[in-house]
Amino acid sequence: MITTWLVLAFFYMPIGVLILNSFNLSRFGTRWQGYTFKWYERLLERDDLWAALLNSLQVAAIASIGAMILGTCAAFALHRHRSRLQTAHEVLITMPLVLPEILMGMSLLLLFVSLGTQLSLMTVTIAHITFCISYVTLVVQSRLQDFDFQIVDAARDLGATRIQAFRKVVLPLIAPGILAGGLLAFTLSIDDFVVTFFVKGPGADTLPVVIYSMIKKSREFPVINALSTLLLMVTFLAVWGSQRLTAPKV
Amino acid sequence: MTEWAFAKRAAARKSSLHAQVRAGVPSATALKKLRQEILATLPSFGWLAFFVLVPTLLVLAIAFRKTDPAGGIGAGWTLGQFEIFTQSSILVLLWRTFWISALTTGICVALALPVAWFVARVRKEWRPRLLLLIIVPFWTNFLIRVFAWNQILHSEGGLARFLRAIHLLGENDSLLFNSGAVVLVSVYTYLPFAILPLYAAAEKFDFGLLDAARDLGATAFRSFWSVFLPGIRKGITTALVIVFVPMLGSYVVPDLVGGTDGQMIGNKIAQRNFADRNLPAASAMSAILTLAVLTPLLFRRRESNEISS
Repeated sequence: MITTWLVLAFFYMPIGVLILNSFNLSRFGTRWQGYTFKWYERLLERDDLWAALLNSLQVAAIASIGAMILGTCAAFALHRHRSRLQTAHEVLITMPLVLPEILMGMSLLLLFVSLGTQLSLMTVTIAHITFCISYVTLVVQSRLQDFDFQIVDAARDLGATRIQAFRKVVLPLIAPGILAGGLLAFTLSIDDFVVTFFVKGPGADTLPVVIYSMIKKSREFPVINALSTLLLMVTFLAVWGSQRLTAPKV
Repeated sequence: MTEWAFAKRAAARKSSLHAQVRAGVPSATALKKLRQEILATLPSFGWLAFFVLVPTLLVLAIAFRKTDPAGGIGAGWTLGQFEIFTQSSILVLLWRTFWISALTTGICVALALPVAWFVARVRKEWRPRLLLLIIVPFWTNFLIRVFAWNQILHSEGGLARFLRAIHLLGENDSLLFNSGAVVLVSVYTYLPFAILPLYAAAEKFDFGLLDAARDLGATAFRSFWSVFLPGIRKGITTALVIVFVPMLGSYVVPDLVGGTDGQMIGNKIAQRNFADRNLPAASAMSAILTLAVLTPLLFRRRESNEISS
């Protein structure tokens, strides 16, 4: 039990330090020198950050929609059929989950270079779809496990066409699963740095890429702290909101 | 009544299909089913084959190509890209990659075991809340979590000054930019990935078995060692693989907190790629890393096959 609390303290301590330091007057955040909001003001002046945020949102939106479509197809195929083809299919689905990110970035870069594709936000989006498919598939698959396919037969027997049965019966029932998978894909895409760094084109940076170069080069520690604090608040609000949404209504 | 009829019809449909397949007659329904299967499989299968399988094979192929001074892929084949693996500096790097990964994995599992045990034993309504507490910090950006440690371990930071004051840290020693910092920050980033599979296994474990072992005279340690650990064996292998494999390809953590003494093979790949623009050399290292990653994965596959059979 003590270990658990210590581990939790270990998890939250760095986050606490970030938040505290974002209000710290000291430039290097090494000593407490009083409250300030000037790092937040600095943050608002950074146009490159806002452009990168827009890029990130755009990539994540397209990638999660693409992964939702491909991942849902994959989950249906894996759930409905048992064959050699599906065994191979499953291996392909697991590959992005187990390959270290750097290998994924490296191999995709080689593919794009070999094909002569110009690196851009487009290649980043393709890479993001690729690693998101597997996660969507897993989430939708677990949803399908509780799904009773006899109601599809029932709908067909009652005169629904195959497409009607899918649209009016299957889709509404598994939509929460697809949406959950899509949300997971969205967060993974927004968060990704390594794969993006390998396949991004010049000038088209996502938010993590800009954060990385800020950490690496400019050493604007307090501004990054302020940005981190804002991102943390968004995360906590999102978690709190989704908890409220999914909690059983009393 | 109707439900029963549907079930019967579905069962009949299924068995007639099986009979046809067994008889080797490709009937209309079997063909239709096959067409359906291919239609459903093709999009994801095609995408992943083209963007995962082909690129992975491409890495293995380009590792044997010559260097192109212009930064692309040279013409002609060579074994030369692998010559670097005879240099002692790269062997040191490979060895460091291995021990940092192994040590991180060991610490993660050792810390995750008591946590998983505790969460699995706590009252049922508390479990999801505890799990959420464990996961939430990891929904924040990965770079930002590493950066937070960058500040904590900073040589002018409070921790370093405190350790210096009580003479645990030498005047010129640094907490940052060494392999110890890489292990610490890696443990921080991978610990939840070890806790979750261990918790999933511990939750299914029948804790009554431990009481039984104690009643039969086993010590607390022995019942933990010979009853609990074998009981959650599958969770332990999953946790080991889930931490060890991505650790081998670690790049950001050694880059930001490792310094020159904490570099791993991932940094070398990135360096060949971005600084030297030598894609074939980066491919050769990636190829070696791919092979290194496959070993623990195959081990786990065998393990899980054994358990399921």
